[in-house]
Amino acid sequence: MKFDVVLAGVGGQGVLSLAAIIATGAMKDNLKVRQSEVHGMAQRGGAVLAHLRISDSEIASDLVPKGAASLVLSMEPLESLRYVDFLSPEGSIVTASEPFINIPNYPETETIYEKIRKFKNHKIVDSVALAKKAGSARAANMVIIGAASGILPVSKESLKAAIVELFLSKGKEVADANIKAFELGAE
Amino acid sequence: MAEQVLLGDEAIALGAIHAGLSNAYGYPGTPSSEIMGYLIDYSKKTGKIHAGWCSNEKTAYEDALGVSMAGKRTMVTTKHVGLNVAADPFINSALLKINGGVVVVVADDPGMHSSQDEQDSRFYADYAKVPCFEPVNQQEAYEMMGEAFEFSEKYNIPVMMRIVTRLAHSRAVVDTKEERAQNKKKKTDDATSWMLLPLYARRQWDRLLLKYDEFSKKSEDSKYNQLYINPDFKKYGIITTGLGKNYYIENLPELSVKPSHLHIGFYPYPAEKIKKLAAHVEKIIVIEEGYPFIEQKLRGILKQPVIIEGKLDNKIQPTGELNPDNVRPVLGLAERKGLAAVEKLPGRPPQLCQGCSHVDSYNFIKEALSGYSESIVTSDIGCYALGAMPPYSAIESIVCMGACIGNAKGAAEAGLKPAVAVIGDSTFYHSGMTALVDAVSANTPMTLIILDNGTVAMTGGQETILPSSQLESVIKGLGVNPEHIKTVVPIAKNHDENVKILKEELEYEGLSVVLSVRECIENIKRRLKKERSE
Repeated sequence: MKFDVVLAGVGGQGVLSLAAIIATGAMKDNLKVRQSEVHGMAQRGGAVLAHLRISDSEIASDLVPKGAASLVLSMEPLESLRYVDFLSPEGSIVTASEPFINIPNYPETETIYEKIRKFKNHKIVDSVALAKKAGSARAANMVIIGAASGILPVSKESLKAAIVELFLSKGKEVADANIKAFELGAE
Repeated sequence: MAEQVLLGDEAIALGAIHAGLSNAYGYPGTPSSEIMGYLIDYSKKTGKIHAGWCSNEKTAYEDALGVSMAGKRTMVTTKHVGLNVAADPFINSALLKINGGVVVVVADDPGMHSSQDEQDSRFYADYAKVPCFEPVNQQEAYEMMGEAFEFSEKYNIPVMMRIVTRLAHSRAVVDTKEERAQNKKKKTDDATSWMLLPLYARRQWDRLLLKYDEFSKKSEDSKYNQLYINPDFKKYGIITTGLGKNYYIENLPELSVKPSHLHIGFYPYPAEKIKKLAAHVEKIIVIEEGYPFIEQKLRGILKQPVIIEGKLDNKIQPTGELNPDNVRPVLGLAERKGLAAVEKLPGRPPQLCQGCSHVDSYNFIKEALSGYSESIVTSDIGCYALGAMPPYSAIESIVCMGACIGNAKGAAEAGLKPAVAVIGDSTFYHSGMTALVDAVSANTPMTLIILDNGTVAMTGGQETILPSSQLESVIKGLGVNPEHIKTVVPIAKNHDENVKILKEELEYEGLSVVLSVRECIENIKRRLKKERSE
């Protein structure tokens, strides 16, 4: 089993914690994981890309080959379209619907949604609304993990355990809200 | 043995700690910064080691040599271009009789994710005749640190660990080992091997050349230089270095045969193994992350009996980073296709943060300079380099750490007016101070603007070597006329006043310094978060 994920978003949106939670969950399921991230200059409000590779055997390359990804997971609709050449024909796009507009030539949001809808397997998730419903507007990235949980080769229990691990130091309330956000995303 | 998920940088830090590291020094630079970040955290938590940032890579390297004299294990962390700054002590230190182990970890940045060039540090190791380890994954990075220290102390030589961005910033599981005790303090008893007077240096140079022959022999037996020969297949063989190996292995299942393969992870390169491979095959394909270092050596000048393919004949793209796709053509594999890319997506380049003080600084700088036809604004390495982009388009040069001050001085002395240099506080301390002394000496008609945001922002908010409160006294101490040292606060409310102050200094026929002081917005967030949690 090999499952490659390309994670996308804008610097500051929590793309790396998204990757970290899925990676931790995968390891709880005794899978091998390699995760490549971007630090430094690119993070300043620019497009952020992370590669996450999950497998039951050794993984050589940190980078996902073109056409190999099963999933593009994005915190931002425009960014979800940037790396589709990594997707395999059966691959999915799961993205937050909320645009992050910090460039002057940002397209009409509806135009972006239309382009996403052209992909066979796609999910556009109102992660901000669901996160608010869960009690924490900042938990939008947990909604996105929840939305992808049916596609990821990682058990929901392990993903939830990884979320709890990450947030427990911030108190039970924060952890609970993040779990709730995950569950709302998974529905 | 215990398993941990570690970033490549963290694996190196922990590998050093478990190898008995006592002291570590460095200057922040992507992709190396997280090594020292980890060591500083460890130092604060346990008090077991000394780990700290320095003004620049040269001072860091010199500190490390002092530790070695005292007999303890020490490391220096730097990005590739930082080794240029530390090149003087680095190259000379190869002639010393290293006492406590010295390992310099250099993080190269092929693809220039966060750098101004993609120089390959293996050339430095070769030039200095220093052995070099190059890991292909986090586990190797962890283990090699221990071996690098052993090697350093066995042969009394500094050792380089070369990594690249993709390893530094990738996470994987690492199996860790028992911690080795730190060395006891034991001062070197061989002072003449630490004083590079020509008399002693000639002797040390002879010794280094002899040692280097030994390293070459060691290289043949190194477990990091593995040669696999496929006796039944002679058409071609592969040489990989660094992450080139991973991308080759990734594609190997698609090759109809498993070709002979030499991977090189320890330098000096194993010449005998290379010859053995060459004797067996008609063609050698060289896949290297970085410059074609091995490939160039293989090709030499005279005609070769073996065909060589790689970056020098463009069979592999000579620039940028390798990946699982761009090594395919040279292996005779067809291009892999994903879904068709979506066309005409607007780019999203990095940009200054909302509320960044540099925005207000560039606003007043641009207005003060408007109307001059022969002005020049030189700048430097840091977040403020983003002032190159629209809507600011406010700067005209970015070369290397500290360069803007000398650039402006030269431009002023060649007649451009007004000449303005824009630099950050940390970059100024790193390499700007000596250039400012030159300008003081010549009383060059130029204006230096120091954007003091109180932190090393670009690399993640490390502490500047001295706090903002000391900057003005440093400038005065370097001899700048106090009447032409001005401090402004870059906020919208002060815009007109700041324009006026800068204009006055632009008209002054001598050296002036304007300190534009406001804390980095990200730093404020981090500081408040930390204060809340305490």
